[in-house]
Amino acid sequence: MAINTWTAADVARKVIDNEELFILDVRNADAFEDWKIDGHKFEYLNIPYFELLDGVEEILPKIPTNKEVLVVCAKEGSSIMVAEMLSEEGREVAYLAGGMKSWSMYLEPIKVGDLESGGELYQFVRLGKGCLSYMVISGGEAAVIDAVRFTEVFTNFAKEKGVEIKHVFDTHLHADHISGGRTIAEATGATYYLPEKDAEELVFDYTKLEDGLTVQIGASKIDVGALYSPGHTIGSTSFVVDAKYLLTGDILFIDSIGRPDLAGLAEDWVGDLRETLYNRYRQLAEDLIVLPAHFMIIDELNVDGTVSKRLGDLFANNHGLNVEDEAVFRSMVTDNLPPQPNAYQQIRQVNMGKITPDNDEQTEMEIGPNRCAVR
Amino acid sequence: MIKADVQLDAKGLACPMPIVKTKKAMNGLEDGQVLEVIATDKGSKADLAAWAKTVGHQYIGTQEENDVLYHYIRKCDPGKSDAVENQFERTISNEEIVGRTGIILDVREAAEFAFGHIEGAKSMPMGELEARMKELDMDQEIYVICRTGTRSDMAAQQLADAGFTKVYNVLPGMTAWNGELTKNI
Repeated sequence: MAINTWTAADVARKVIDNEELFILDVRNADAFEDWKIDGHKFEYLNIPYFELLDGVEEILPKIPTNKEVLVVCAKEGSSIMVAEMLSEEGREVAYLAGGMKSWSMYLEPIKVGDLESGGELYQFVRLGKGCLSYMVISGGEAAVIDAVRFTEVFTNFAKEKGVEIKHVFDTHLHADHISGGRTIAEATGATYYLPEKDAEELVFDYTKLEDGLTVQIGASKIDVGALYSPGHTIGSTSFVVDAKYLLTGDILFIDSIGRPDLAGLAEDWVGDLRETLYNRYRQLAEDLIVLPAHFMIIDELNVDGTVSKRLGDLFANNHGLNVEDEAVFRSMVTDNLPPQPNAYQQIRQVNMGKITPDNDEQTEMEIGPNRCAVR
Repeated sequence: MIKADVQLDAKGLACPMPIVKTKKAMNGLEDGQVLEVIATDKGSKADLAAWAKTVGHQYIGTQEENDVLYHYIRKCDPGKSDAVENQFERTISNEEIVGRTGIILDVREAAEFAFGHIEGAKSMPMGELEARMKELDMDQEIYVICRTGTRSDMAAQQLADAGFTKVYNVLPGMTAWNGELTKNI
C-alpha cells in the first residue's frame, strides 16, 4: 500500500470542514495528553512509537479500515516508520509531514467579512495553538493585529492581495506565543504599536498604543480605533474596526475570559478585568462582532472555521460575563487557575526584545496548548 | 565522565532512530550492564525514559553537555523479578542506617551512583567487589545497599564469606530512599 503524505493544511481542512479522521498519535502518552490535533469528528489512538518497534500486528484490530487514518508524531520520523509498518500490513495510511511541529506552526487565513468601500477583514487561525491574528485590508493598505511569529505568512498574504502593511498592532505583551509584530514592522517599514503600560521593559523602539487612537487604513474610511481594556495585562487594549468588529485580544474569548495572572499580578489586575468586562464593554453596541486573539477548544469554531460571535450573545451566554457577585468573580479568576502556558516567562522576555532565541528554541517555547483563559 | 559498559553514538540521528538503535544495542548487553547513549535529538530524553519503563530496563538518568545528551540505561532482564528472595540474614532498614557509624557501601553501577547516592556512601560496583574488598575495614560496620536489595544481598554474602562479620543488607534499598541524594554529575 502506498503511504500518503498530508500537510498541516490538509489536516486543517479536515478540522474546518468537520470531516471524520482517525489519528494514530505515536508520541509519548504525556505529550498526547497535553496537546493533540483537535477535530469535532476525530477519533484517536495513542500508542508511543517505541512500543511498536517489534511490529504493529497487535494494534491492527484497533485501526479502522473504513475511514482515513493519519499517523502523527512530534516531527515526522516516527510517524513515517509506523506508517510504513502499517502499509506493509496492507493498510492505507497517511502521515503528517513535519508532525506536531508543523501543526503548531500552521495558519489558515479565513475571511471574516467585508468592510466599507471594498475593505476586507481576515482572521488567521492557528489551529494547533489556538492563536488568532488579524489583517484589515482597504484601499491598497493593511493593518495587522496580534501577528504570530510566522511573519512571512502575513507579508506574503499582503503581497498576494497587493496591499502594503502600514500598521502593526499588538493588543498586549503576549505571554503564550511569540509575537511577529516587530519583525513584520521592520520588514515592511510599518509602524509597530504596543500599549505603553505593557512596554515598560521593551528594549526596542515602538509607538505607544493609546486609548482613543484611530488610524485609517487606505484612502477609504476604515477606522481602527483603540479602546483601553486592561485586566489580562495592565496595558491590554481592544480595537473597534469599522464600527462593526471588536477585537478583544486576550480579555474576552468566545466561551471564556482572560486570566490576570501571567505577569504575576493577578490580585492587582482582577479589578481592571472586572471593570473592562462589566463596565467598559457594556457601553459598546451589542451588535459588534467579537474577534478574540485565542480560542481554547475546537467547539468555538464557527462552521466556516472562523472564531467570532456577537457581543450581545456573549453577554447572554459567556459564563465569565455573568458572575454578579464581585467576590465570586475575584475568586474565579485568581484561584484554581489552569496551569500557566509553557515557558510563558521566557516568551514575555522574547516579546520585550530581551532575548532572541533561534527558531528551534522558539518552537520549543511554544510547544503545547495556549492557556490564556479562565472558564 | 560517567562509566558505562557499552557506548552507543546516536548523535545527529532524529527520532525514531535513537530508540531503534538503543533497543538493538541493549540486546548485546549482559543483564545489569549499563549502556551510554549519546544523542543530540532533544526528544530522546523523554522517549528513552518512557521506552525503558515499558520494556522494564532501568533508566538511570541523562546528563546534558554542550547540547549533547548522555543517557544511561541499565539492562534488566524482564524474566528476572526484582523481588528475588533475600538470603542474607542480617538486614537493616533504610531508616535505621541514618546517623550510624560505619560505612554505607553502595554496590550499584557507577552510573547509578553518579545520578544519586547517600551522602558519604562508598561506591563499589558489584563486579568490582571481589578485587576491591581489601579497601574495606573489617572492624567497621558495613551497610551494603543497592537499588532494590538484590545485589546488596549477594554482596553482603560475598563479604561474609570473605570473613567480614559486621555486614548488613540495607532494605528496601535506594528505590525507597527518602533522604537527600548527592549527585556526581
